[in-house]
Amino acid sequence: MASAMTDLSTVNNGKGRMLRLSLRRREALTALLFVSPITIGFLVFFFGPLIAVIGYSMLQWNLLTGEATFVGYANYADALRHNPDFWRVLRNSLVFAAGLVPLNMGLALLLALALHRPFRGVVFFRVIFFAPVVTSAVAWAIVWKFLLQGEAGALNEMLALMGIDGPNWLREPNWAMAAVIVTRVIKMVGLNMILYIAALQSIPRDYDSAARLEGASGWQIFRMITWPLLAPATLIISIVTVVGSLKVFDHIYLMTEGGPENGTLVLAFYIYQQAFEFFAIGYASALAVIMFVIAMALTLLQVYFRRKDRA
Amino acid sequence: MNPTETAAAQMVHKGPSHKRIRLITRVCWTSALLVVAVPFVFPFLWMVSSSLKSAAEIFGAPSLIPDRFLWSNFVEVFNYQPFARHYFNSIYISLSVTGLTLIIASLAGYALARMRFAGAGLIMLFLVSGLMVPEEVTIIPNFFLVRWLGLMDTHAPLILLPTFGSHGVMATFLMRQYFVALPKELEEAGTMDGLSRLGVWWKIALPMSRPALGAVAIITFLFSWNLFLEPLVFLSSLEKFTLPLSLANFTDAYGMPLWHLQLAATTLAVVPVLTIYVLAQRQIIESFALSGVKG
Repeated sequence: MASAMTDLSTVNNGKGRMLRLSLRRREALTALLFVSPITIGFLVFFFGPLIAVIGYSMLQWNLLTGEATFVGYANYADALRHNPDFWRVLRNSLVFAAGLVPLNMGLALLLALALHRPFRGVVFFRVIFFAPVVTSAVAWAIVWKFLLQGEAGALNEMLALMGIDGPNWLREPNWAMAAVIVTRVIKMVGLNMILYIAALQSIPRDYDSAARLEGASGWQIFRMITWPLLAPATLIISIVTVVGSLKVFDHIYLMTEGGPENGTLVLAFYIYQQAFEFFAIGYASALAVIMFVIAMALTLLQVYFRRKDRA
Repeated sequence: MNPTETAAAQMVHKGPSHKRIRLITRVCWTSALLVVAVPFVFPFLWMVSSSLKSAAEIFGAPSLIPDRFLWSNFVEVFNYQPFARHYFNSIYISLSVTGLTLIIASLAGYALARMRFAGAGLIMLFLVSGLMVPEEVTIIPNFFLVRWLGLMDTHAPLILLPTFGSHGVMATFLMRQYFVALPKELEEAGTMDGLSRLGVWWKIALPMSRPALGAVAIITFLFSWNLFLEPLVFLSSLEKFTLPLSLANFTDAYGMPLWHLQLAATTLAVVPVLTIYVLAQRQIIESFALSGVKG
């Protein structure tokens, strides 16, 4: 806007204006060239597919005959009203998130509080707690599946030494869900720990030295000073962790395949299964749209809270 | 709260036995942390130890040190399936994704940070929309797109999707944020000396943003290296597999895992990454902190 005003003011000076306009046009053209690879690629491999999946979700599509008929919202009705699996899946995803998010964030915060200031060994511990984050989820899931076997699994062997008869972790619905949650927390908690450490280090130290001189206890300092100052970080971390919990696929695929008795069948895995194992393209697309709506709702919630936070 | 904090508190209220109390608190904290660290370290140790055991010993009494070190497992891994080929595939795909992302994200990030043009805001908003969307949402249409392009069972989708998907967008915003914070003077001097925008980007802006480029390179490489859903959907020929697919594929005819081979292969896949991680831990951890802060 401001630049348009300057254009008007130089309107009498015809020659200079032409020169400036062409310079500006060249600049704009260059900028468009710079942003075009990501913009076009994003359009083709993300935005286009996003629109397409909404279209697919209204089709009854037989992959073998290639026949597609428009069925309106029938796939959604199928999910929401007729297919009991869908509600089971949604409940599983909710249970997964409800277990993972508080456990992950609570542990991350505790570790960050213990490790945000230098002391001998601090790097050692940070490196250890972060190591699973850089490890491939597939490798992590394979090793934990091995550790959690019912017979001859290392965990049960060790429990047996203490006289405890461990369950067949991945074959009993409730234990399987717990096992997937806990192994995923151990895999990912390092990331949130690092984010909390960064947030804690940005709090000026004078705050709590002052409070200490006033005679505040450690817990009081945490509750009255540290925790409120961490609020913006907590908000961002919580939304990223909640949306991240929607994406759990590798762990489920490798450790339980959604079983036992659909006990760990979560949305991301259900979509994959319906689309690429049962070829129910229309139905799977409707599920994908539902997942998109959930992810968007959570993201908008973040934007809303951040705005409110700044105001 | 932690050893140094208690130490600071001790400085304020100097008691007679403050040295002893400090020592005890430190020992308590360190032991607590060591206990919490067990489930983080133990899987790696057990993985390495079991990868050296025979199939029979794996199901015998548990011990961290194998009875007999069966190094042949590591040879058999390469005979069971083209594991070296899979390793190579993963390396070259991850390097391609990293290189492409660095160029595309820093170009776009630079334009969005420094240049004025109509539609910049709109493009930003457009790109932001993809940041938080799980890849499962778009994987079905992408499957048909890739098939229509004739790229099924090739590595092209594994390079294109991460580069242009939400990860590429995140990299773009990371670069943009870094460029915004850089001082403009050097670039202006460059323009005076007759450099084009492309020249300024390449000769001045990029050399000044090495930390951001490093961070993007690290998280992008690991992102691509660990990708599982895309190879699973797009690849079918054994020799085209990437490492994560390969690891999941060490099974017998009934689909049951061949543990001694699977764990040996997993060890071969994980240990080099962990070694680099330990050597460059500072830089790697900071990269993730940077990428997370943009939230």
